[in-house]
Amino acid sequence: MATTLATKRLSKELAKITDIMPDGLTLVSATDFTSWTIDLTVLDANPLYLNQTFRLKFLFSDKYPMEPPEVVFVSLHEPPRPIPMHPHIYSNGIICLDLLGQNGWSPVQNVQSICVSLQSMLTGNSKNERPEGDTAFVATNRQRPRDINFYYHDDKV
Amino acid sequence: MDSDDEYMSGLSSEGEDNILQDESDEEGSDGDDFGFEDDEEPEPDLGYSQKDSVKKEKKSFDINFKVYHPADIQTQQDELINEVNMILDIRKEDAAILLRHFRWNKERLIEDYMDRPNKVLESAGLGPSTSGLQLESIMGFTCDICYEDDGTQTFAMKCGHRYCVDCYKQYLGQKIIEEGEAARIQCPNDGCKRIMDSKSLDLLVTADLQQRYHEILTRTFVEDKDHLKWCPAPDCQNAIECGIKKKDLDKVVPTVACDCKHRFCFGCGIPDHQPAPCDLVKKWLKKCADDSETANWISANTKECPKCGSTIEKNGGCNHMTCRKCKNEFCWMCMGIWSEHGTSWYNCNRFEEKSGSEARDAQAKSRISLERYLHYYNRYANHELSAKLDKDLYQKTEKKMIQLQTASGMSWIEVQYLNTASQALQTCRQTLKWTYAFAFYLARNNLTIMFEDNQKDLEMAVEALSEMFEKPVTELADAKLKVDIMDKTSYCNKRRVILLADTADNLANGVWSWGISF
Ligand SMILES: [Zn+2]
Ligand SMILES: [Zn+2]
Ligand SMILES: [Zn+2]
Ligand SMILES: [Zn+2]
Ligand SMILES: [Zn+2]
Ligand SMILES: [Zn+2]
Repeated sequence: MATTLATKRLSKELAKITDIMPDGLTLVSATDFTSWTIDLTVLDANPLYLNQTFRLKFLFSDKYPMEPPEVVFVSLHEPPRPIPMHPHIYSNGIICLDLLGQNGWSPVQNVQSICVSLQSMLTGNSKNERPEGDTAFVATNRQRPRDINFYYHDDKV
Repeated sequence: MDSDDEYMSGLSSEGEDNILQDESDEEGSDGDDFGFEDDEEPEPDLGYSQKDSVKKEKKSFDINFKVYHPADIQTQQDELINEVNMILDIRKEDAAILLRHFRWNKERLIEDYMDRPNKVLESAGLGPSTSGLQLESIMGFTCDICYEDDGTQTFAMKCGHRYCVDCYKQYLGQKIIEEGEAARIQCPNDGCKRIMDSKSLDLLVTADLQQRYHEILTRTFVEDKDHLKWCPAPDCQNAIECGIKKKDLDKVVPTVACDCKHRFCFGCGIPDHQPAPCDLVKKWLKKCADDSETANWISANTKECPKCGSTIEKNGGCNHMTCRKCKNEFCWMCMGIWSEHGTSWYNCNRFEEKSGSEARDAQAKSRISLERYLHYYNRYANHELSAKLDKDLYQKTEKKMIQLQTASGMSWIEVQYLNTASQALQTCRQTLKWTYAFAFYLARNNLTIMFEDNQKDLEMAVEALSEMFEKPVTELADAKLKVDIMDKTSYCNKRRVILLADTADNLANGVWSWGISF
């Protein structure tokens, strides 16, 4: 396969984060350029997320970085990786974030900047709740995250 | 000027004149080469009354409209862009972006720009400029998209955010091809609102992508303008301009005809539904969809002869049925005796309301209202079905006519009367179909009775023409029948015009009274 922009760019990103990974982020696996997993912790002492680690899964299409990656939280028993409690994170791990949609995405964003945005999204949150309609959404949704047309409630959370 | 006026928005003054008064000037898509001289139009009354007397007679239910072909649409955009370019003294690319930002409302753009140019530029994504537009190779530059620093060609719009040309190409390809975006492509930088202009785009991408970009821009132009609509016919690339106001749709049914022959309502986009106004049509279609189970049986193509019970199949549009077995002649619609249909006292089209005594309890009332609905629905659906059957029949006839041409020596021109007749049948049945939806909502009064008389006249004429069509081909070639068909065709068209003109006048004057609101 020819070296596409996606693989070139991801190999450079990978080289950079294996070199120095920012605080609160751990690369779990990145065996190829289609799917990576990263563990994330919140840096400040937000009581909602104290002593918890969350796992993020990235899926890249060959249009990356022109197209945003698909990013979800995944849950695991061992080691314990819960889905963070947040009014914009559904209990199945799907994240409602402008940055990850077609309109909010910019190709200058990258894996690290997404992680940092998610960290600050958790840091700034004080509500111990799920999005409105979470149960119904989780029960019925069959769409891939990037095909869902989220209504971005507000950009501040 | 009231910028929210729905009628004026986005419409240049000379365009408006064309819509309202100048339907005879078909050529040259406005031809306003002299942008500034439009204020010196000839005195309206002198100019137009003269013109009106020569141009072809306009029916009261006809609406003025204009068909635009793809090149005309481009010309219209270019003219607006040139005008703004001159008046505001800004680059054409920027004028285009500003016009799109203002949804092609030139007047409002100029007014706002005169007031606060910087605010307008900022909000349209044309913020402060820092550099010129050219491809550059810069030493030590690292692209924020691909992270390469190999000294390749780079580009930046006036916001100064610089990326390599390859990244730009991929970015624009994603936006144009994958996301169908054109008018509002922003700078790739996160949060930068700078809009990609066509000059920069032409510098960056290949010709086929440029073409696609301009196609999408043209689309946006038509979609942005209140008085332009795409012709909904599949594969048709024309747009129609019509100055009808939304608030007038209860008084006018704006049927327009594209050059591709497709006739549709400019108000709601569905095929021609004169004489029924848009709101009535919407309500009726919803009712039909909701009650589809009740009325389902009508679509059946077979019924039993009311006299001997043998199965009769309908294979043409005509409602005059003759049972092969017992020779009983009856009406497919009401199953009544056919010979009575021409008489003044027989009403196949009118729903006879039962006297009040019968409808005392709620159950009886609801039964009667269902019967009434089915009366109109069946006739509505039947004309739809008949139009289709007439068309099928014509196609069969057409084939045979070709054989006949070779056998009898008749020329292609000489058989065209059948084509004309077939067109008339289609159009008249389309009208008749909607007269039944219309009648369903009417209250019973003298006006309604006159309407039903017109409806009956047209219907009888149409059935007679339709019946002539069912004749075997050998008879169709007969000179006498040919004359009959031609006479009947023009009679049908005349009856249709009478019905539509009457109905449209009453609608415009607001004198119909409705039994059921819509
Ligand atoms: Zn690049
Ligand atoms: Zn920019
Ligand atoms: Zn058309
Ligand atoms: Zn309509
Ligand atoms: Zn019979
Ligand atoms: Zn009848």
